[in-house]
Amino acid sequence: MDTTARILSFITNRFPQAEITDTEDIFSLGYINSLFAMELVMFIEKEFTVTIPNDELRIDNFRTAKAMTELVDGLRSAVV
Amino acid sequence: MTQQLAPAIDRAHARSFVDSEIRPHADAWDRAGRIPEELLDRIAAAGLWAPFLPAALGGSGIDMVTLGEIHEEVGRGCSSVRSLLTVHTMLSWALQRFGTDAQIQQWGPELAAGRTLGAFCLSEPGAGSDTAAITTTAVPHKGGWLLNGVKKWTTNGQRADLLLVFAKGPASTIALLVPSSAPGVLVNPIDDMLGTRSSMLAEIAFSDVELGPEALLGPSGFASGMVLTGTLDLGRYSVAAGSVGIIQACIDACADYAAQRRVGGTPLRDLPLIQAKLSDMVTDVRAARLLLAEAGRLKDRGDAATIMATWIAKYFASTAAARHASEAVQIHGANGCSPEFPVGRFYRDAKVMEIIEGSTEIQRMTIAAEAYRKWEP
Repeated sequence: MDTTARILSFITNRFPQAEITDTEDIFSLGYINSLFAMELVMFIEKEFTVTIPNDELRIDNFRTAKAMTELVDGLRSAVV
Repeated sequence: MTQQLAPAIDRAHARSFVDSEIRPHADAWDRAGRIPEELLDRIAAAGLWAPFLPAALGGSGIDMVTLGEIHEEVGRGCSSVRSLLTVHTMLSWALQRFGTDAQIQQWGPELAAGRTLGAFCLSEPGAGSDTAAITTTAVPHKGGWLLNGVKKWTTNGQRADLLLVFAKGPASTIALLVPSSAPGVLVNPIDDMLGTRSSMLAEIAFSDVELGPEALLGPSGFASGMVLTGTLDLGRYSVAAGSVGIIQACIDACADYAAQRRVGGTPLRDLPLIQAKLSDMVTDVRAARLLLAEAGRLKDRGDAATIMATWIAKYFASTAAARHASEAVQIHGANGCSPEFPVGRFYRDAKVMEIIEGSTEIQRMTIAAEAYRKWEP
């Protein structure tokens, strides 16, 4: 499974009723609260072995699965 | 020449410390309404304030499972002392997780050594579980922040040196590190509470408190809520651990009492109704301890499932502690209502566990969401 698919899988595992695409704004669906935001950040850090610095914890980086994928890719390339 | 090795920071170390330094005095502290300064120093000497911080900051780098075991042991001895550890842990964890390098270097060694004691300021006279209702404000001011508002029920507020204050910022709730010595900070002790009576609660007023930009802890905007969520998660974990400790303390006290007290020539321990109460305590303490350990293991793995696991551990352990502390008083009869036995303190302290770090009602609303998730064994 690629990065985007793994992120989408995590979201739909939490919210099985959600039918989202990789470019859909998850904040517009009404699911996101601070608890899920924390779970999402923890998931990304563990799943992709990255640390998200404070200045990357911006809403635009988490708005869509595609944006999160780009964040992960950027953090991975920064490590390399 | 022999070199004395520092003791490992683990359950056995905490148990020994609690049995010698805390348990014998907890009832007296409860009546006095405060923890003596000497005990705070001894906790520091024992390395128990924030042992999860890395060695580079003066901590011991212990894992979260071990931290839970330590807080259980302290909770077994005195819930008020455990409460002080809880709020210090919350601030220390938030600093480690969300702090800048400069903030971590400034405060980390102080917190690890217990030279600076932390407290957590969220609840207000008109806002408890309803965190969205807080009215304390932080507005941009001279390149930093201007803080105004009143916080209430702040554990260790009478003694803490550094306050983690949550306030409404320009766009969302933000977290600020505020020295209690800052001009405009006014601490009013709250005494004579039902439980955790020696945890030195305070109401703290902030009147035009000027702070520099470095006071902001963590991100602002969308992610600022995560500072609160993450910090409360650690607090909930510690309260769950303390609740396990209360149940164990109830078992210890009741087993001792039931072995000595006789009714009609029969020791209480031989009466089936007493055995039923003790068997439920023994069963629940094991279940609560396992839930706590599972939450700790998930934290150590960085697994997001720890947040729900911690909610569940705290819900189970705190409600079980309240139930069994009530039965512990019942087993002791009139003695249980007297200051000569500790179970009355356990009963009062256990009730507090059902309210703090998310009331039982809030927990049940949150945990219900688990039923709608896909279950992965």
